[in-house]
Amino acid sequence: MSAATSGAPSLRARPAKRTDKPQKWGNPGIYFIAFLLISASVGPVVYIVLGGFRTNSQITVSPAGLPNPWVFSNYVGVLKSGTFWSEFSNSTIVGLVTTVGVVVLGVMVSYALARYEFKLKGAMYSLFAAGLMFPLVVAITPLFIIIKDLGLIDSLMGIIIPQIAFGLPTTVIILTPFLRAIPKDIEEAAAIDGTSRLGFFFRMAIPLAMPGVITVAILAFIGSWNNYILPLYVLNSQVHYTLPLGVQQFSSQYSQDTARVLAFTSLSMMPALIFFSIFQRRIVGGLTGAVKG
Amino acid sequence: MSETLRTAAVGRIRRGALQVGDAAHAASPTPRARKRGRGRQRLEIALLTSPAIIVFVGLVIFPVVLAAYYGFYKWQGYGPPTDWVGLGNYKIIFTDPAFQQALEHNGLIVVLSLVIQGPLAILLALLLNQKIRGRALIRVLIFVPYVISEVIVGTGFSLMLQVTGAVNDALHSIGLGFLATDWLADPNIALWTLMGIITWKYIGFAVILMLAGLQSIPDELSEAARIDGASYWQVQRHITLPLLGPTIRIWAFLSIIGALQLFDLVYIIWGQYISGTAGTSTMATYMALNGRLAGNYGYGSAVAVVMFLVSLVVALFYQRFVLRRDLRGAVTQGVN
Repeated sequence: MSAATSGAPSLRARPAKRTDKPQKWGNPGIYFIAFLLISASVGPVVYIVLGGFRTNSQITVSPAGLPNPWVFSNYVGVLKSGTFWSEFSNSTIVGLVTTVGVVVLGVMVSYALARYEFKLKGAMYSLFAAGLMFPLVVAITPLFIIIKDLGLIDSLMGIIIPQIAFGLPTTVIILTPFLRAIPKDIEEAAAIDGTSRLGFFFRMAIPLAMPGVITVAILAFIGSWNNYILPLYVLNSQVHYTLPLGVQQFSSQYSQDTARVLAFTSLSMMPALIFFSIFQRRIVGGLTGAVKG
Repeated sequence: MSETLRTAAVGRIRRGALQVGDAAHAASPTPRARKRGRGRQRLEIALLTSPAIIVFVGLVIFPVVLAAYYGFYKWQGYGPPTDWVGLGNYKIIFTDPAFQQALEHNGLIVVLSLVIQGPLAILLALLLNQKIRGRALIRVLIFVPYVISEVIVGTGFSLMLQVTGAVNDALHSIGLGFLATDWLADPNIALWTLMGIITWKYIGFAVILMLAGLQSIPDELSEAARIDGASYWQVQRHITLPLLGPTIRIWAFLSIIGALQLFDLVYIIWGQYISGTAGTSTMATYMALNGRLAGNYGYGSAVAVVMFLVSLVVALFYQRFVLRRDLRGAVTQGVN
């Protein structure tokens, strides 16, 4: 990871001069504080990962110690179990379908809000903006009743559809400025060349707003991967469990087997962490760019 | 973050308000063609917006309306509700000491989140905004806790914070054994433990937001002040902090809303029943316990309505009095 400044999706370019010339090292006190901050942030994660490489007796004798010797049976055991992979694939399916749904519906409505003039536009934008204030938790009880009436209890669709609905506000708020920022001249030039408005949407607007689309997609996927309360309410049978429910269930089922619980926990956070480390510039940069507007 | 975005979007939409119309007029010279163009444009708008609007209204707005209706019934969730109790559910909610405690905890968590995370995030952002090596790496690493799910954070911390867990062990081994305590069950400490975990999980997000805010402040201002003889802290106090105002206010808004709906962490660490005795219950855990788990969907809906109203009042109040300058009523008045 270089010290590059961006990944910021804003169309406004930031000069990358900082990376060009070698920097001074600066005040050592700052590095010390940064070191403390990083240890505090990463420490518990490292504890969970390392704990999975220990035995229960190691953990009991010295709860904060390092693996000695390293034991791989916990991780192997979890990786060999059908439960983990079934929950893993449920989480993956739910995450991918949610992401596609959020992106498709979100891009469509954002495009209308960004580049068309119509009477209800203001009201529509406010509606989505207001949705930010009422996250899933507030609506979960009545939402559960609606999901039940739709016959979607204990099915993955019962999680996917509400997640798409609740993912829309953030998506609209992030994407609308992106689509709005595409210069009018480009659209006019395309129109003169005979491109229809919808043709412009597919061939110009979406490619140009790609950084925003990717940011939104990543947020939707991680949000879905980590969602707990909705599966908790909606899913009953273990074949449909997603990883968060699985972790909770596993940790109460094997509460005496701490090492195994740590191995299971650390394996189930790996996908989100790997995903994050691949796209970290997009996520951190995307938020940075978002705030800069 | 989204709030600034909204401001930006508002500005952009206002500035560009006339252009789309103008283009349409210019492109369609005859009135009939213009009319046909309008009809086509309407159709496009309808096609583009209706799927999102239907899903959003059906699953985000409608449940809240439905909750208001079910909240007037004593209802177990089977068949249509018939046992009308009027405001009975609400009377029970507001006289139930368990709910009052949950509300109190939510209030404390809101205030403590702001007081602990706000200054800490600003200080850390100021530190990390200096030209140091590896800044991108630091930015990423402090963001890691934010990416991990609440369930995993909760599971990990509840193992580490047990009386015989890693935290107490580490304290003993570095000679701070007198600090070791029952982090989770002692009602005098549990809420502070929760605050520690919340700070750990969300401080990275706050720092990233503040850093973004800091980076949008032009260097010229502080350089000019330095030339005029201002000290580092004077520059931060009188130039950086005021200019960081919008970012701080928006972060605070997100933090408040997040604190009001806190559920996962408490539910995972303290379970279904002991959060009350440990002093960490929230409105959302109260709702899960007394609604879904008890099978009282009418009552659960009434709790949802109360939560909704609390969030709404806080949000509107905050927008009216704090975010006024930043948003100019984007939510309450619409974009146009």
